[in-house]
Amino acid sequence: MHPIRLVALSLLAALPPAASAEPKPAAVAAGPLTIANAWSRETAAGQSAGGGFVTITNRGAAADRLLAASSPAAAEVQIHRMSMEGGVMRMRQMTDGLAIPAAATVTLRPGSYHLMLVGLTAPLKRGASVPVELRFERAGRVRVPFRVEPVTATGATGGAHGGH
Amino acid sequence: MAGTDRRLRGLRIGLWALVGLAAAGLGVLAMTGRLAPAAPAVESYGAAIGGPFELVDPAGRTVTDRSLRGRPFAIFFGFTRCPDVCPTTLSRLAQLRSKLGADGDAFDIVFVSVDPGHDSPADIGAYVDLFDTPILGLTGSETQIAAAAKAYHVYYGKVDQPGGDYTIDHSATVFLMGRRGQFVATIDMEEGDKPALAKLRRLIADG
Repeated sequence: MHPIRLVALSLLAALPPAASAEPKPAAVAAGPLTIANAWSRETAAGQSAGGGFVTITNRGAAADRLLAASSPAAAEVQIHRMSMEGGVMRMRQMTDGLAIPAAATVTLRPGSYHLMLVGLTAPLKRGASVPVELRFERAGRVRVPFRVEPVTATGATGGAHGGH
Repeated sequence: MAGTDRRLRGLRIGLWALVGLAAAGLGVLAMTGRLAPAAPAVESYGAAIGGPFELVDPAGRTVTDRSLRGRPFAIFFGFTRCPDVCPTTLSRLAQLRSKLGADGDAFDIVFVSVDPGHDSPADIGAYVDLFDTPILGLTGSETQIAAAAKAYHVYYGKVDQPGGDYTIDHSATVFLMGRRGQFVATIDMEEGDKPALAKLRRLIADG
């Protein structure tokens, strides 16, 4: 083998794997529900709340409902809806939970629904995994690891990054 | 007749939505000064948005509209407990800046917290440091923040949460301000990269 190529190859071998090559966090199944792409944004010291995003697919014939969530990383986890009205951002707690219709996918993502981790016990560090328990009306309690992404992320690792 | 009632109700909601849209449109026109066609565009914008303010940076130093003069800037109001639109908007500004290459260094990004109840100047500093690009994080007393928001026609309001906590509704518009403190343009969330980059280039070249 050509020495330069050998050097190049050994350099490549020494490089850490690219982010896109990392395995995506495994989806979690709970009855007819599949819960995937669970992620959160890193937070700074002094920032007492953070957001959580996740995709919930219901393959069942019956509707379910995300009633509540909790995490040892926060005093409270709330379900929120964000909306833009006339250029004003509004965020509201969904105290009745979030409907997961039969044979449908509901995505909690920036610009729509999110989980709000209120009263963080420590800042969410990029690369860490935050355990969150989701409680569904039918599927019951499901523990889902949320991967902490950079503050600039717009999706889970392996998903779409960047803006428009 | 249930069917007719539903249709009428739909029509009524639709009409009210149109009224709402028209009102919002007028509001935006009024805010950006487009209802004053006689005056030169930039000057009337300048009169409408921006103005005197006094805030505090993460190190506790006073920053005013005058001390920001000399360099164009993009200014956005939010709060650190805002999990969605604030990081999304600041990330977008960081991305747009990097797409401008070397020109991206020719304007500043300013983030003003409207939540002095939770965000100390040091908290804002730690928050803006998360982003890959320099961002000037500002806050102040209730009075100082109210004055700055008023200067920019920015709406914000506390909303009590069921558990006793609160969140804050706020305008999510980015204002592009020229080196003399004059209003140049706005960028909003739904806008594509192409017009947004064109506005930033205009800000850097002429602002």
